[in-house]
Amino acid sequence: MLDINATLVGEMIAFAFLIWFCVHFIWPHITKAIEERQLKIADGLNAAERAHAELKSADNKVAAEIKQARQQAAEIIDRAQQQANQILDKARADAVSEINRLKAAAQDDIASMAQRAREELRERVGALAVQGASKIVQREIDPSAHKALLDQLATEI
Amino acid sequence: MASEPQGSLTEYITHHLHHLKPVQVSEGNFWSVHVDSLTVSLVLGVLFCLWFWTKARKATSGVPSKGQAFVEIVLEFVDGQVKDVFHGDRSFLGPLALTVFVWVFLMNAMDLLPVDLMPWITHQFGIGHFRAVPTADLNLTFAMSITVLLLVIFYSFKAKGFGGFTHELFTAPFGAHPALWLPNFVLNIVELVAKPVSLSMRLFGNMYAGELVFMLIAGLFSAGSWILYGMGVIGYAVWGIFHILIISIQAFIFMVLTIVYISMAHDHH
Repeated sequence: MLDINATLVGEMIAFAFLIWFCVHFIWPHITKAIEERQLKIADGLNAAERAHAELKSADNKVAAEIKQARQQAAEIIDRAQQQANQILDKARADAVSEINRLKAAAQDDIASMAQRAREELRERVGALAVQGASKIVQREIDPSAHKALLDQLATEI
Repeated sequence: MASEPQGSLTEYITHHLHHLKPVQVSEGNFWSVHVDSLTVSLVLGVLFCLWFWTKARKATSGVPSKGQAFVEIVLEFVDGQVKDVFHGDRSFLGPLALTVFVWVFLMNAMDLLPVDLMPWITHQFGIGHFRAVPTADLNLTFAMSITVLLLVIFYSFKAKGFGGFTHELFTAPFGAHPALWLPNFVLNIVELVAKPVSLSMRLFGNMYAGELVFMLIAGLFSAGSWILYGMGVIGYAVWGIFHILIISIQAFIFMVLTIVYISMAHDHH
């Protein structure tokens, strides 16, 4: 029942053929595909890592640029405020000087008008004094004859 | 059993244990070939080749199909086993281990077919005896293990040279003293022969015993009692499920030992 016979030789040949077939037509193709896929996966992982690093550096750059822009904006606002203050100060100074100028002019006007009024008043007072004096002396005084007298009176007033 | 007239269990089993031999010159004749073992093993071998070959031909390094992925999983499992034991070029040992694993597994799996199925089919064509499990045939297990032994010897010569291996045969493990040459040689031959014998007897014993248990359980079906019939059904299912484990483990052990023997031939000092 456990007899060994020519089956053994046949099976040995069959086994050898199977090994040969597997060595030449099965193993190399599949291992090649697997190894290529391993390379692809390794490449993919590397690329992903690289992209990750690039993204990080880009993020950093963006953050730095935003910071810089914010700083610049703050500077611009500062400068603008300073300029505005300067303009305001200048306007205020101009206004003050204009006020002073106008005030001085007005004071001059007032002074000259007062002068004129005073002179007018003096003349009128002179005239009145002459009239009064003529009335007091009850006679006609020759204005030309007494001009010198009247003028003197007028200056004294 | 269809061909027997309601015989005894012993008759049923002995009938089942006959190989299909067209040349029945006499029992023990060398040229009376086991056609059943040869046919089943060759069909399964070709099946293995075609299956893996079609997947290998269409193998892509991109996204694999499910079939390709399965083949790759099997291959990487085998390759991992080889890698653990053998540190060298795996372009021969890898496919050898893959062939051993898949082929032995497929042949063992024939044990899971109902014991009477294949004989019944062949009986329809007028052929009386048919054993479906080639690994329960000593011819096949010895054919494989002797091939492995030849490879071991070949790699011993290849790795150490003719002089180196012969020197090792006569001087290891006891020493180089001329009086120790014979004991050394005898021990080395015993060690060398023990490898294929243990390899083939282990696989054969497991499969033969598994087949016998299936036959014993199947004997319950025709025992004539409904209770025994029920027990037979349950027993057949339980043993079948357990046998899935055995056929996988035996295929795995045969593969691992093949790798170990050949890598030992490479590494010996």
